[in-house]
Amino acid sequence: MSRITLTSVAATLALTSAATAQTEIDLWHAMGGALGETVNAIAEDFNASQDEVVLTPVFKGTYEETLTAGIAAFRAGEQPNIIQVFDAGAATVIGAEGATIPVQDLLAENGVDFDIEDYISGVRYFYADSDGKMIGMPFNSSSPIMYYNEDALDEAGVTPPETWEEFAETTAPALAEAGYIPLAQSHLPWIFTENFMSRHNLPFATNDNGYDGNDTEILVNNDAIKAHFSALTDWQDAGYFKWYGTGWGDNQTPFEDGEVAIWLGSSGSFGGLAQMDLGFDFSATYLPYWEAVTTEPKQTFIGGAALFAMSGQSAEENAATAKFFEFLTSPETQYFWHRETGYVPITEAAYELAEEDGHYDRMPAAEVGIQQLSLPAGDHTRGYRMGFYVQIRDVMNREYGRILTGETSVEDAFQTIETEANQLLERFAKTQG
Amino acid sequence: MKRAGFSTPWLPVLLLVPQLAIIAIFFYWPAIVALHSSFYLQDPFGFGSTFVGLENYTHLLGSAEYRRVAVFTLTFTLLVTFFSLALALLLAVKADKVLRGAKTYRTLLMWVYAVAPPVAGFIAVILFNQSWGPLTELFGLFGHTYMVGVNFNDTAFAMILASVWKQVPVNFIFFLSALQSIPRSVREAALIDNRSASGRFWDVTFPLLAPTGFFLLIINITYALFETFGIVDTVVKGEPGNNPMTLVYKVYVDGFRGNDLGGSSAQSVILMVLVLALTIFQFRLLERRIHYT
Repeated sequence: MSRITLTSVAATLALTSAATAQTEIDLWHAMGGALGETVNAIAEDFNASQDEVVLTPVFKGTYEETLTAGIAAFRAGEQPNIIQVFDAGAATVIGAEGATIPVQDLLAENGVDFDIEDYISGVRYFYADSDGKMIGMPFNSSSPIMYYNEDALDEAGVTPPETWEEFAETTAPALAEAGYIPLAQSHLPWIFTENFMSRHNLPFATNDNGYDGNDTEILVNNDAIKAHFSALTDWQDAGYFKWYGTGWGDNQTPFEDGEVAIWLGSSGSFGGLAQMDLGFDFSATYLPYWEAVTTEPKQTFIGGAALFAMSGQSAEENAATAKFFEFLTSPETQYFWHRETGYVPITEAAYELAEEDGHYDRMPAAEVGIQQLSLPAGDHTRGYRMGFYVQIRDVMNREYGRILTGETSVEDAFQTIETEANQLLERFAKTQG
Repeated sequence: MKRAGFSTPWLPVLLLVPQLAIIAIFFYWPAIVALHSSFYLQDPFGFGSTFVGLENYTHLLGSAEYRRVAVFTLTFTLLVTFFSLALALLLAVKADKVLRGAKTYRTLLMWVYAVAPPVAGFIAVILFNQSWGPLTELFGLFGHTYMVGVNFNDTAFAMILASVWKQVPVNFIFFLSALQSIPRSVREAALIDNRSASGRFWDVTFPLLAPTGFFLLIINITYALFETFGIVDTVVKGEPGNNPMTLVYKVYVDGFRGNDLGGSSAQSVILMVLVLALTIFQFRLLERRIHYT
């Protein structure tokens, strides 16, 4: 009996040591549902593609929860090798120099070729420092785009609006006449604030949108955006726009149900919508712009999230992380991710592969996100970097909700957002001291 | 008479150590850390930090939003406490009179006690679903377009309803057992003195329920302030926006979501002071004025 036990223990030990010959690394992410399954598929492919590294993806909840879990783990010395951090958390994780290894350095140290020019232009510098060094590896890059119900637009006899003027004068009245709610959107700070600035090439914050220092002030209280929100309330009164609250899904569902004709969402929503049995044909195009503000609309910000290599790991594990990043940015993996989820491919090579494969002939709407990100760049379209930005978004969501429920005026709301955001930025600057 | 006691002074200390250790590790230590970090603004990863004195507190006291959340929390607590107690008392008085099938009724009324707060919140979310919620449709019949997550008052109502529903059973159990412990002789004596049932209730039964009532008052205030977190979180779907929220939820929003450790710690300290005040109020004022039989 005891001999059998000993033998099995020895066998187990042998197996374990064989397993530990491989380097194990972990990835904490916020991709739930179908997106999470795609992440798992990528991890399995990576593990099967070589036998030196084993990557374990772990779902940690929402973006905010994932970042907080990563911070808590870092402070306890238990951080994962890779963590996914979203756009609004970029200032926090990049500000904490020493918490992560810049991805550009990591790849260079481990002999992986890196050329920032390989990445599509809209993606290149969002997660970079002020010198243009890439800190986080863009992963699920998305941009807000305009989805529309083709049947509804046909019925109303209109084409997707290119400008907000066209929407207000032509599209919306026709759609309302046809019995649809013309417009809904899922994220006011992201779509109607951050990307409003980039689409119209307006400065969003001082210090080059916050990249060049911590003493940044927000420039959100400007006439163009106030006019936009005034128009929104007018449209709401006229039945051209409906707001279903701050939750993402509450605003997407009426589009899926065919009540809302035009919905502004993420290019990453494409995969999910395409798999659904919607009962109508849908397509997508660029986010409209105000002709009164600019006649040369620009590209939008990438949004989504990036992968950061956390510091404090052994050289061996860092090499394994670099190996995974190399796999992840390969055109094949990027194309797979793009095709399954609708997130944009981050490299030119992956984009070309998708084109060659005929992906956009089959589904033209899948190309809209990347095309919009590849529109001409302006002085203020690279991205933004503001601390405590999650809280700044909370303030925006609160004040926008109050505008749309008639609790406050557009003028007062933007005054409040400016004041509170600047207080938060000032407080964030002190956390870095 | 022989006093029972320990022969050595070390034994009682030894027996107390586990409990004291738990209190120290899980209560005093975090409290001290929160107090300490409320005087700093620090990088969440723990790299940089600046001593800012009382700035986190003055920032809160000067914030219109913090005041708004505090006012809502107060209103919410009063309403939840009042309705949880009143409904439970009503149900307990009625259940006390039931003779047939009493056990079934009581079990059904206590049932909800087992529901976790987030589940209660989720039930409210379903009942008030914007497009097909049954209660949304009911309000629609009366001409009110109910919009949970959009309209502040509608969302607040959903939170209060779920919180009251969740808390009634606990109060019910306590009230029912208090009612059943009122001596039969007292009731019979009251019956001779006063023919009106409601008169007997207010003159005799209600005062005798006072000790239980005050105990429940404190329990319910604490519940409304702190334990409704799960309900609030589920109803606002993790995105506070322009929705109502309680002070405890704001600690979470600013600290755990927003990574503002200093500001969030200051909010926790304010809540600690509030609990301390509530406890003193309970022991000093209420306990003295209540006559236990």
